Amino acid sequence: MRLGALLASAALIGACSQPAEEHNAIELDPESIVSGSRFLTAETQALQADDFANPGFLWVDRGEALFSEPTENGSACVACHEKGLPGVAATYPAFDTETNSVLNLEGRINQCRVKNQNAPELAYESDPLLSLTAYVAYQSRGALVSVDSSGPSRETYETGRQYFQTRRGQFNLSCQQCHTENWGKRLRGDTLSQGHGNGFPAYRLEWQSMGSLHRRLRDCDTGVRAEPLPYGDPLYIAVELYLAARSNELPLESPAIRR
Amino acid sequence: MASIRLAVPDTATAGEIVEIKALIRHPMESGHRRGSRGEVIERDIITRFECHYADEQVFAADFHPGIAANPLLTFYVRAAQPGELRFEWTDQNGQNWSETATLNVT
Repeated sequence: MRLGALLASAALIGACSQPAEEHNAIELDPESIVSGSRFLTAETQALQADDFANPGFLWVDRGEALFSEPTENGSACVACHEKGLPGVAATYPAFDTETNSVLNLEGRINQCRVKNQNAPELAYESDPLLSLTAYVAYQSRGALVSVDSSGPSRETYETGRQYFQTRRGQFNLSCQQCHTENWGKRLRGDTLSQGHGNGFPAYRLEWQSMGSLHRRLRDCDTGVRAEPLPYGDPLYIAVELYLAARSNELPLESPAIRR
Repeated sequence: MASIRLAVPDTATAGEIVEIKALIRHPMESGHRRGSRGEVIERDIITRFECHYADEQVFAADFHPGIAANPLLTFYVRAAQPGELRFEWTDQNGQNWSETATLNVT
């Protein structure tokens, strides 16, 4: 009797502590890849296309000013990057041999500040970091995403893929169930996009502000009632890499407008 | 730090009607929202916008809660004489931000 009860409770504990189940891995058909802007209303698309009215440019402008402003004890970004950084954002996240890890654009900017500009890291999602990221991403607007997920980045890519394809939260949904399997269908008052990050940092109407991809990922995790990860978390960087590789060949749109 | 973006044509012919756009970075917090802990987020809005053209007021607007963040205004002015356009925003506490642009009329 007693042994039976013990076994039963052991089985129960076993069931609870089992890792979340990985959903059947499905990848987007490369032929069907479309940017998130395709799912916007004509008015919002027009706002994104208007370089004056697009409020994302408030951050791009600020970033441009910061780019040529020397840090307190160091030089300005423009001192090394005289011609700016055209096309660079399209290759991020990328593997960094120095830290032996994958860095996204935010991480790369902060690395440069510490290493070359004698300045402290900027807080994730802070206004200056968002502005600098927006300005650097803007210089690659129209460039096609070409992120390398092979070689040393492979492991991180696989981690990101697994996160994307694993059910989580009280709703027990994986990212791919909405953004790979059911994109284009309606969810409440909205059309599901394919979940590409090619417009980020983006001005989201819901936020009434510019925000990073990690802020968007946190919203998605919260949406399925899962615990969101902290900004800049290595797992989110892995997801960012997976998403970027998944959207290879899409043009960058930052500063994009999203709902 | 307020950021302001203005779109004013460099030149216009006398009598021409020109499009003016003015965008300012501002949260326009309505005062009706609550934070993640249920606390009321205090109202913080711009309440007045004025545009003067050669010292004459040509456009003004009163803002209320419900205007989106980073408000953009588009309006039209008849280019009568060369002059300075002065744009001024004032918030609920009397703080103001302004910017000028020159319109050359030929």
